[in-house]
Amino acid sequence: MTRYRLRGLALHGALVLALLVFMFPFVWTILMASNTTADIYRFPPKLTFGGHFGENVRHVLENVAFFQSMANTAVVAISTTLLVLFFDSLAAFTFAKFRFPGRNALFVILLATMLLPAQLAAVPQFQTMAILGWVGSLKALIIPGAANAFGIFWMRQYFQNSIHDELIEAATLDGCGFFGTYWHVALPSARPALAFLGIFTFVGSWNDYMWPLIVLTNPDHLTLQVALSTLNRSHGVDYSMVMTGALMAMVPLVIVFAIFARQFIKGATEGAVRG
Amino acid sequence: MRTTPLTGASTGQRRRVWSYWRFYLALSPFYVLFAVFGLYPMLSTIVLAFQRWDGLSARRFTGLDNFAFLVKDPTFWQSLENTVVLFLMSTIPTLVLALLLAVMLQSAVRFTNVYRIAYFIPNVTSLVAMAIFFSSIFSTNFGLVNAALRSLGIPQQDWLGQPWGIKIAISTMIVWQWVGYNTLIYLAGLQAIPKDQYEAAKVDGAGAVRTFFSITLPQLRPVVLFTVVMSTIGGLQTFTEPQVMVGNSGGTGQSGMTVVLFFYRAAFLDNDYGYAAAIALSIFALVLLFTAINWRIFRGRGEDR
Repeated sequence: MTRYRLRGLALHGALVLALLVFMFPFVWTILMASNTTADIYRFPPKLTFGGHFGENVRHVLENVAFFQSMANTAVVAISTTLLVLFFDSLAAFTFAKFRFPGRNALFVILLATMLLPAQLAAVPQFQTMAILGWVGSLKALIIPGAANAFGIFWMRQYFQNSIHDELIEAATLDGCGFFGTYWHVALPSARPALAFLGIFTFVGSWNDYMWPLIVLTNPDHLTLQVALSTLNRSHGVDYSMVMTGALMAMVPLVIVFAIFARQFIKGATEGAVRG
Repeated sequence: MRTTPLTGASTGQRRRVWSYWRFYLALSPFYVLFAVFGLYPMLSTIVLAFQRWDGLSARRFTGLDNFAFLVKDPTFWQSLENTVVLFLMSTIPTLVLALLLAVMLQSAVRFTNVYRIAYFIPNVTSLVAMAIFFSSIFSTNFGLVNAALRSLGIPQQDWLGQPWGIKIAISTMIVWQWVGYNTLIYLAGLQAIPKDQYEAAKVDGAGAVRTFFSITLPQLRPVVLFTVVMSTIGGLQTFTEPQVMVGNSGGTGQSGMTVVLFFYRAAFLDNDYGYAAAIALSIFALVLLFTAINWRIFRGRGEDR
């Protein structure tokens, strides 16, 4: 009994230690953001929370268009997510439940596209944006990512397993057309899958860095990640301010993640085991 | 009149294909977007790799010049070496730690959801913010790592000012960000192993270590392959960590210069588009090569059994 307990204690001790390591950067970031840079430069460093957070936030807002960047990021992440959810689920539903000429060929093409690393085509992609007049515009971030192969593939598996053909037949008998069936039958039943794909897309879009760095050429019109990197490059010595900016940039996402965490983790790990 | 049956058949067939228009319409967004923003740029990249172009003057075909130059470019080889070294320095500890944590997490009964959520958070955290954080704790004058060394009486290191320090800082960040994700993947894999296999091992008198190597690991092989392939694809495309931590130059001795950072510099800082395209194709070949090696290693063992 006691030996069993001791083992449990050791186990949770190790797991808690790992948890502390994973959480440490957040705690340390808050610590730095609440102190002055001079406090951080000291040896030994100050290990308590200070009262300079408001001041640091003010400095961040003076040096970068923080709220503008956050609004831009939110516009990009939200529109990309909504478009991906709509286009991917519609295509996935079609692949999962209907037969038509060329279906298999189209699906093989879809799978093949997942193997191609798109970021390596950045040069011609940038030229395309220049021709379309989208350089510097948020459209260059939203439109190319509005539908993706991974989401279609993932949603298709879900539809195959969760919607019975009888349900679709019943909807057809009730006078629902193809799009009506998608809207009234498929979408409502796919909520858990949509939740995962939505948060996955949102997080990816929010944290995207390389492509926005390339295509957003106007320094007053950036996304949060690019603005943060600019702040770091130009004011790198003012660590407490830069860390405050980092904190402000990641908090919204951590909140969004915490809300959907269970569904997200379930979705993210399921695919790997099944595949 | 002469073609009545024929035209009848062909319009009939056309009508039949046409009658599926709703399905094609439903699929079209992805394929149209892929054609414009995926396929076309990739094909152009292949053409561009054989050209010289600065984005302003006319494109000129130069044959294999870009590749010939690439092979002789020491920075390219340096970036290739850095990428592979960083990949190994980050992936091996990540996967070993993840497997260890997954086994522990599987035998834990309480608080598992708290652990799972906390372990996953690093993976959804902004790369830029975390790169800034890690460069601050590895900072020479006021970094936490040096402060810890100093209090232990060990001399300070100029972490971000020397080649190995840069690699250690970057791979520490990658490990931190990916251990939790892989832990949860392994955990899902462990939970999918049938319980009767463990019971059979117990009856045979196998200890914990033997059970792990004779049942758990072989059963987990497909999941391990998945994590290795994903780590390879991600690892070979490392960009944000070095770009934010040591800058576009790749830091001291260019030791943080990865192949994708090298590509980014050639394309968008030097405007040497043809050369950048040649680099892009080489990276793609590298990813394919590594993926094939992974498959061979794991597949080969599977067939031996």
